[in-house]
Amino acid sequence: MRPFTYERVTSPAAAALAARARPGAKFIAGGTNLLDLMKLQIETPQHLIDVGPVGLDRIEATPEGGLRIGALVTNTDLAGDARVRRDYGVLSRALLAGASGQLRNKATTAGNLLQRTRCPYFYDTAQACNKREPGSGCAAIGGFSRQLAVIGVSDHCIATHPSDMAVAMRVLDARVETVNAAGETRTIPMAEFHRLPEDRPHIDTVLPPGDLITGVTLPAPIGGTHVYRKVRDRASYAFAVVSVAAVLQRDGTGRVAFGGLAHKPWRVEAAEAAMPQGARAVAAIALADAKPTHENAFKVTLAERTLAAVVSDARG
Amino acid sequence: MKFDQPAGQNAIDQLKVVGKPIDRIDGPLKTTGRALYAYERHDVEARPAYGYIVGATIAKGRIRRLSTDRARSAPGVLAVVTAENAGTVGKGDYNTAKLLGGPEIQHYHQAIAVVVAESFEQARSAAALIEADYVKARCAFDLAEAKAGAGDPKGGPEQSSAGDFAGAFAAAPVTLDETYTTPDHSHAMMEPMATMASWEGDRLTLWTSNQMIAWGKGEVAKIFGIPPENVRLDSPYIGGGFGGKLFVRSDAVMAALASKATGRPVKVAMQRPLMINNATHRPATIQRIRIGTERDGRITAIGHESWNGDLPGGGTEVATQQTKLLYAGANRMTSQKLAVLDLPEGNAMRAPGEAPGLMALEIAMDEMAEKLNMDPVEFRILNDTQVDPEKPERPFSTRQFVSCLRTGAERFGWSRRNPTPASVRDGRWLIGLGMAAGFRNNIVMKSGARVHLDARGMVTVETDMTDIGTGTYTIVAQTAAETLGIDVDRVVVRLGDSDFPAAAGSGGQWGANSSTAGVYAACMKLREQIIARLGYPADAAFTGGRVRAGRRNATLASVASDGPLVAEDFIEFGDLAEKYQQSTFAGHFVEVGVDSYTGETRIRRMLAVCAAGRILNPKTARSQVIGAMTMGVGAALMEELAVDTRHGFFVNHDLASYEVPVHADIPHQEVIFLDEVDDKSSPMKAKGVGELGLCGVGAAIANAVYNATGVRIRDYPLTLDKYLDRLPAIA
Repeated sequence: MRPFTYERVTSPAAAALAARARPGAKFIAGGTNLLDLMKLQIETPQHLIDVGPVGLDRIEATPEGGLRIGALVTNTDLAGDARVRRDYGVLSRALLAGASGQLRNKATTAGNLLQRTRCPYFYDTAQACNKREPGSGCAAIGGFSRQLAVIGVSDHCIATHPSDMAVAMRVLDARVETVNAAGETRTIPMAEFHRLPEDRPHIDTVLPPGDLITGVTLPAPIGGTHVYRKVRDRASYAFAVVSVAAVLQRDGTGRVAFGGLAHKPWRVEAAEAAMPQGARAVAAIALADAKPTHENAFKVTLAERTLAAVVSDARG
Repeated sequence: MKFDQPAGQNAIDQLKVVGKPIDRIDGPLKTTGRALYAYERHDVEARPAYGYIVGATIAKGRIRRLSTDRARSAPGVLAVVTAENAGTVGKGDYNTAKLLGGPEIQHYHQAIAVVVAESFEQARSAAALIEADYVKARCAFDLAEAKAGAGDPKGGPEQSSAGDFAGAFAAAPVTLDETYTTPDHSHAMMEPMATMASWEGDRLTLWTSNQMIAWGKGEVAKIFGIPPENVRLDSPYIGGGFGGKLFVRSDAVMAALASKATGRPVKVAMQRPLMINNATHRPATIQRIRIGTERDGRITAIGHESWNGDLPGGGTEVATQQTKLLYAGANRMTSQKLAVLDLPEGNAMRAPGEAPGLMALEIAMDEMAEKLNMDPVEFRILNDTQVDPEKPERPFSTRQFVSCLRTGAERFGWSRRNPTPASVRDGRWLIGLGMAAGFRNNIVMKSGARVHLDARGMVTVETDMTDIGTGTYTIVAQTAAETLGIDVDRVVVRLGDSDFPAAAGSGGQWGANSSTAGVYAACMKLREQIIARLGYPADAAFTGGRVRAGRRNATLASVASDGPLVAEDFIEFGDLAEKYQQSTFAGHFVEVGVDSYTGETRIRRMLAVCAAGRILNPKTARSQVIGAMTMGVGAALMEELAVDTRHGFFVNHDLASYEVPVHADIPHQEVIFLDEVDDKSSPMKAKGVGELGLCGVGAAIANAVYNATGVRIRDYPLTLDKYLDRLPAIA
């Protein structure tokens, strides 16, 4: 960890202004990922802006019949919210499939979206990593890649996004709300929020530096059966090998997004048209462009079989 | 006390205290945070400086240039010690690689510098400013590739044989010839390696976390070129070791160097991401097993060969060890070969040899049973032996292997197992039952202790024996209480200090039996002193805190009213271990569910039936066994150090990526200890049990997965990617 300065801000506007005043500063909320990365000098901000006191910790109904989740709502509170449990079960289940109770008590909604990859080469500062050090190369390609991405990859990066929550938000068509130092707000669909690595894997999202996430909105409930199925080598406290977030309707239609496969939650709306034909048809379209390594090719099969399990369970 | 004849009736046989499930006497200290571990020794040094280790980032080669100037001038930094300015740093006998590298580098994350600063954060921050420029050397990292060039270890061939294996195998009507692999494993103990060091002149004290105090004292003396009597190690509490702390490691050496450079006490904890490549690990193995039987299942030929890699000058993982002793068969062979690999140093991890060896052998036995159309339990029972099969003149001291299997089968409901694989379902789950033999040799080691009796009637036991979370404090107290006829709460136990008599230490499951035997010896000597002071006859009885002879009796406290009595002795062992093969046995039974869609394997229930001599404390022994069974689940289903064969290091070098079982992975566990006293093992008539609980578990799980799925996996761990495409078709 390098020495850094620290301030606390009390409003979203003040946070964005503070960030503009100190280029290279980072916001900190729960700190469950950022502090670990700072200890390893993977993140080396010179200044931290603690957004803890800014509010943004409520879950409120929207006029459209959905929910607005404040950026600082903890993963525990979000998973336990009665409205989320009733109308957005996939989100509650995804949250509870992630991390541990202690971490969920501390981790926030915005922080969860902005957490960084767990690629082991990203974590070893002696190894080449374009995400950590642009232009240094990618040691994961040709290395230990069992856990890494199979689709949307580039020659520069095969990292995955580790979030479970984001996969559920993607299937729910959530939108990310932001504010910048000029006071301008933006709404970014989850589909666009996380990037693919392409030739700039060090940039995880479309959020400009200094802009602050203020919340995430969920559209009005769409009913259906909500499932989050996370496959991992041990039964708890592990990142997904593959996960499936799905909302399945009685008529055989449904939505599906995959975790553990890509640099972002992986959802192909065109594939969902094949839901009535079953998991194999959906996976064939959704994962048609997969470019796995020899170590993680099984993920393509696993994704299809996991979706089949989800469909089978949902239809009883 | 020399133990060279089978034990007769003795004080331990009263079993008033020994053999009882007494709670750990150190439990309250641990649950309230008052048990001070090495990095927390505020009691001896309130304001130490902090050291932070820098590891090499190549696997092999040399440092061309090491730039430390920026680190030296960073805030709070007191010193930077490297091979250039450390002075002479020798190498101990127990380590293969040097604990301070440079300019030569022998493995990834070998320590090359320690940065010492006023605070931990300053040391860590400055450590990142050190830059090393390397020249890489040509290396070998891939065991499968290096296997062809493997040879005998440095001590000469490691092999055994009896009869005519090749001829009998060729002639056998039913045969198996398969190859199995086990990966590199990390000890992954909770407490990292940690040491605080302080020099006074040329006397060095290390408050450390170490399983083998006397070994460590000698090693430290050798490394720093000082007399052993100038070295003190103090290690009262150890947060897990599993063999990773058998030897002095970089934390101790770097803390000592840092203290010497600064003239201050310095403490160093090995940072977790460095530990896996810096420290030792259980090396990966490739094992070929051949078994030939008659049509009735009797083994006529059994052969086991194993290959592993290690740094030049390293050693073998003796995975063939149990195959010499576990099953009958007139024609047999074992062989160990060693390849040179430039990965971090391989060394002992819980049940070295038998743990990976049984992972292979006991799958092979399951496969043979199937070929023979025999029940796996009955196949093993048929091939039981009561003598060392290579030297039939050596009987086992005790061997209740068959009882372990019969009891286990009955208690587990083995008869309900469907022998046809992939035929039992519970909803989406494929259900399978598996079993395996557990076997681990019993080792005895010389072990000493000193006991004091004071005027309050309190008995204090001092020995450098360690408690690595196993329950040593408690069984030592039980032993002293039993021998002297007092309650456990009248006994104070002090462990882990090299100023105390040298004990067996904790390793190879020899600790409990050997160290309590040493305490017994010292207590018997104390009894002689007490009797002499009282002028009582030699057969005076020690009960209820009193010594009784005829109508006379005296309290222990009164005996010491004129001054404390102190007795010291050690147990040493004659040739009973040569005359009798001493081993421990188990039957492991497991039920698994395999998700028919995703291939995830989850354990449903586990049973271990153990025959391991007298159980000194059924509660602490059970904790050892269920912990070992949990480690077996890890080995079977998830634990693997991933080798980057380009750069030569274990990639998953933290606890997020090297997965060990969590609570959710471990369901119902049951442990049964068979009644057993082994009068050939020690006056305690006990044996080891802490490693037995691990031996065979992995194969029992693998066999259960086969029973569930019909897919035979011979490469550990059994992760879903290895059989997903061979599971039954899904809708």
